[in-house]
Amino acid sequence: MTVRKNQAELTTEEKRAFTNALLELKRTGRYDRFVTTHNGFIMGDTDTGDRVGHRSPSFLPWHRRFLLEFEAALQAVDKSVSLPYWDWTTDRTPRASLWAADFLGGTGRARDGQVLDGPFAHAAGKWEVNVRVDARAYLRRALGEGVAQLPTKAEVEAVLAMPVYDAAPWNSSSTGFRNNLEGWRGANLHNRVHVWVGGQMATGVSPNDPVFWLHHAFIDKLWAEWQARHPRSPYLPAAGTPNVVDLNDTMRPWNDVTPADMLDHRKFYTFDVEPAAVSQR
Amino acid sequence: MNQITRRQALGTTAGALSVLGLAGATAYAAGTDSRAATSAGADSRAAISAGAVDEVYQGRRIEITPATPGTHHGGHHSAALPGVRIDGRELHVMQNADGTWISVVNHYETYSDPLALARAAVRELQGAALVPMGGM
Repeated sequence: MTVRKNQAELTTEEKRAFTNALLELKRTGRYDRFVTTHNGFIMGDTDTGDRVGHRSPSFLPWHRRFLLEFEAALQAVDKSVSLPYWDWTTDRTPRASLWAADFLGGTGRARDGQVLDGPFAHAAGKWEVNVRVDARAYLRRALGEGVAQLPTKAEVEAVLAMPVYDAAPWNSSSTGFRNNLEGWRGANLHNRVHVWVGGQMATGVSPNDPVFWLHHAFIDKLWAEWQARHPRSPYLPAAGTPNVVDLNDTMRPWNDVTPADMLDHRKFYTFDVEPAAVSQR
Repeated sequence: MNQITRRQALGTTAGALSVLGLAGATAYAAGTDSRAATSAGADSRAAISAGAVDEVYQGRRIEITPATPGTHHGGHHSAALPGVRIDGRELHVMQNADGTWISVVNHYETYSDPLALARAAVRELQGAALVPMGGM
């Protein structure tokens, strides 16, 4: 069974295995197909039309399935690898070990935002940004420049306390847990982290930065935390909602998986620290 | 004659805009009122309200053509959207339910109107050209 670990706890060898698997997926072209898929949904998901991957209730099960597919691709390269998660409430500065040269590399230089160290620096020759919205083929970041602070534990706690999963109109204007976690309203959690990283992470082709997967693995863990706190709160909507993926509707692009299939992560992986019900804390 | 020419007024506005651009979106929002007090600022505001913009911002040409009901931009949307171009290349934009805007280069941060969005894209691009949407 796959165990997803906090990135801060990884050994040097685990970091090396993870980054090597990423580079191998990049070399074979498999990696870029994930970027293409993500950008297709980013551009296609709209508040008033069909919406599957973002700004909708299926934001969470869609990304859970997307990460499962990516993790399976990594494991086809190296079966010891699992997706780590980045708890940005704790590891919240550019000095975190996440951004060291032996893992993801650091922020970009001032002149052009180019990342200069680590395995994904353009000069290292193994990380060409091919699926892009502008001409620049190098990985860019501007850690902490687009927005000064990552979300705090208190901000996360306030969102985890919300008892209702999602609410009509099931989009970026909704109240409820999903939209406050996604960040279109309220303190802004998920969206703000994309902006804090900057570079490609702030764009529709955000999976060009490997930190995309670690960010979303933590968002996914927060969904599991929320479920543990609100065991009687279901995924919503249940049925019959135009343009929106109901509990038992299939999700594009796979068309063979529903939100209901994604509700229990323990069918697929566990976390190093499993979410516990509040009464057990 | 003491009256300033249109060219001078526009030059002043361009200078003010690049300063605002360097200071970022917050400064832009804070500066909107004082800018509107100049004649060129008033012209700019009138152009925005009509939905059409053609300006040079930080050395890049921003063109915004208003949404035409019933037409599609880029084939991705059912709702009508303005066309936004930077140096002639289309910037993919989207409107949120609350009326704010995002683009494919600033996808997780909202802007009050298409011009603020286009200017943010220019700052983000740092001189780089846009490529066709979703292109390789």
